[in-house]
Amino acid sequence: MNLRRDVFQAIADPTRRAILVLLASQSMTAGAIASNFDTARPTVSKHLQILTECELLKQEQQGREMYYHFNPEKMKEIAEFIEPFRNMWEDRFNKLESIMKKQK
Amino acid sequence: MELKTKVIAEDGKQDLLITREFELPVELLFKAYVEPEIVEQWMGTKVLKLENQKYGGYLFETIDPKGNKYRFSGAIHDVVSNQTIIRTFEFENMPFGVQLEFLEFEKLTDNTSKLTMHSIYQSAAHRNENLKLPFSYGINVAHNRLQEIVNNLK
Repeated sequence: MNLRRDVFQAIADPTRRAILVLLASQSMTAGAIASNFDTARPTVSKHLQILTECELLKQEQQGREMYYHFNPEKMKEIAEFIEPFRNMWEDRFNKLESIMKKQK
Repeated sequence: MELKTKVIAEDGKQDLLITREFELPVELLFKAYVEPEIVEQWMGTKVLKLENQKYGGYLFETIDPKGNKYRFSGAIHDVVSNQTIIRTFEFENMPFGVQLEFLEFEKLTDNTSKLTMHSIYQSAAHRNENLKLPFSYGINVAHNRLQEIVNNLK
């Protein structure tokens, strides 16, 4: 078992993305999540395990049931992945704009 | 300050879209891409070759303070003044291969314009390697610039 999973690997799978969408608005048990998919229950469990390992989901025990929550903080990290690349272009384009304004 | 540059890189896809609106007439925006001495200024690189025409090519070279050479090059497929540049792009010796770039220059008003840059990579993995670039290369460049400034202080 991988000790630490890659978040990008986690969201590369369409079923896992669908699970994240499902959990964005509510917490659910594994059974309730599985009932939304045609895939076998153990497959859904495997997906939940991967999402939990990379902290996109958090587990919480409520009585006898285990609930899964969406972790928006981790999702923010993914958005921030593109940020340095975007900043690099922002800098270049700002420079372009100021150079060309002097040309007017 | 509001950030004007947008990057759209959908998960699992092998392309990315960069858009930016400029407070410049489209003619000046286009000029910044075709005049070698202007490209040198805003890209921070030396332009060794820039043939803005069908069947043309280009070669840029950046040398960091340690003397390491970085080369960027490509073939120019098509150029339509103030509208389009279609070209390949390769950051030589980098792990993200060759990209196909579609640059669209669009007039918004007499004094504003928009650039849309659509880059297509060999695979989604190649694209993601390029997205990681500022973490390694960009940080190095900033570090080198800092080093340069410090050296000048000595």
